[in-house]
Amino acid sequence: MNPVIVPAATVASAERFGAYRQITIDAPEIAAGARPGQFMNVCIQPGGAHVLRRPFSIARADRNAGTVMIVFDSIGPGTQWLGAREKGDAVDVVGPLGHGFDVTADPGVDIIVGGGYGTAALSFLAAELDARGGLVHAIIGARTRTRVYEDGVLDESCASIAVVTDDGSAGVQGLVTDPIPEMIKRFAPRVVYACGPMPMLRAVAAAAADAGVLSQLAVEEFMACGIGVCWTCILPIRANGDLKHARSCTDGPVFEGEVVAWA
Amino acid sequence: MGVDLSISLGGARLTNPVLTASGCFGSGKEMSRFVDLKTLGAVVCKTVTPEPRLGISPPRGAETAGGMLNAIGLQNPGVEAFRDNDLAWLAERNVPAIASVGGHSVADYVRCVEALRGAKGLIAIEMNLSCPNLEDRGFMFALSAERTAEVTGATRAAADVPIFCKLSPDVTDLVPIAEAAVGAGADGLSLINTTLGMAIDPHTFRAKLSTGTGGLSGPAIKPIAIRCVWQVHRALPHVPIIGMGGIAGVEDAIEFILAGATAVAVGTANFYDPAATETIARGLLDFCNRHGITSLDEIRGQVKIEG
Repeated sequence: MNPVIVPAATVASAERFGAYRQITIDAPEIAAGARPGQFMNVCIQPGGAHVLRRPFSIARADRNAGTVMIVFDSIGPGTQWLGAREKGDAVDVVGPLGHGFDVTADPGVDIIVGGGYGTAALSFLAAELDARGGLVHAIIGARTRTRVYEDGVLDESCASIAVVTDDGSAGVQGLVTDPIPEMIKRFAPRVVYACGPMPMLRAVAAAAADAGVLSQLAVEEFMACGIGVCWTCILPIRANGDLKHARSCTDGPVFEGEVVAWA
Repeated sequence: MGVDLSISLGGARLTNPVLTASGCFGSGKEMSRFVDLKTLGAVVCKTVTPEPRLGISPPRGAETAGGMLNAIGLQNPGVEAFRDNDLAWLAERNVPAIASVGGHSVADYVRCVEALRGAKGLIAIEMNLSCPNLEDRGFMFALSAERTAEVTGATRAAADVPIFCKLSPDVTDLVPIAEAAVGAGADGLSLINTTLGMAIDPHTFRAKLSTGTGGLSGPAIKPIAIRCVWQVHRALPHVPIIGMGGIAGVEDAIEFILAGATAVAVGTANFYDPAATETIARGLLDFCNRHGITSLDEIRGQVKIEG
């Protein structure tokens, strides 16, 4: 579906989730077509010095309720402003944007790998894969326990969930990518889906490629526009052997790990 | 009495003066999801060069107070692919198009202009003489009156539509460069391109762009752009100017027209307000109705400076 501009969408709920903020927004026009892996572009300081919108992965779209949810870490001026929104406040959003994860293959076994709040988008994906009759195994991780995103939907949608933290405060100590080779051997997945920081995505792509398994990665890049015209958010990819600069916003944000030309 | 927003740009007739700034609107396809392109005077496309260009490595953009820096390096599919795909797409929809051409040499510009001869729907060509992002950073046609005249004369001779020279604000005196362009045959001027800027991350000590410096755009540069349009219009009152730099709303557009612009182009605002161009085009009509203006000719260049 075509993205729409919703200049005054109402915040239906705003809450803390561990170290993160989780905001649900009334935007039936966006919820109607939003898919896992797509994003919304949110105005973060109307009339202020920060003119550019910020992209946020869609962490849930409830077609019946007409709501979409985003999960984020309030670390910069934009996310701090957004983190201060309360129920009833208005936000200016554009979405759904970009191509989501491709789940069109016949249902099978898949692995999802989520880093930090990146797991929120994968929880949305896991629910879709599960609803399609697939079997999902999750590896989720973060620096520390409060930064692991594990919600009820993920619990219901996954056949197994392995938790990994840098400091060992939850699950196993290590990197979220550590268990991938063993998990691939054990479950023989068709696809490894991942969302998280770029170094993590790179490691996921390498581990999947080593095992001969496809990977689909939702990347995060600086985006001035998010709608395909500014060409700031490019990701180097290989297409028929040639280096190309693809737009993370409209050509992505989901890319197959094999096509990414890692720096 | 009805309002007539139509304008003439060096002979090309446009239904209204709201254009898109090159590099901020693609060739309209992506933006047509948000904007009815028929409501705009014309679409000014992203700059193309004779050969395809990959552009520079990321990071290519950074937000700054009231605007942003960018350094893309003229990534584009080459003039022929642009003509056959992008221009053809606009022509099929009867959307007037202005191509933007760039290059490293006079021959590059001439080659682009020749490739565009006879292109359907093309109403003018904008010569990007001021892109600050090429590898050869010391060199920019718009920094010198002589070089501007040289490239303008050569392309004017090769073009079959009006040509507009897009100049840089990063010069000590813009007027002689504008005069050189017009003297060499430019049908009009586009003012202004981005102004060169730089931002550094104080925590990592790294420049925020991979090239170090890049073009500053957005509301932050609007006063510079207004000043440039006003100075050049005062010196060359009969030369049509496409004014741009930080236009985000109808009142910004009016400001440019009061400074002397014939048309206005919306740039960075498209990034954060995808409907900005259509909103401004419709807003101009409302503004004129409210103020009893029947043609923008009545207010063009009519800024009052008291004191």
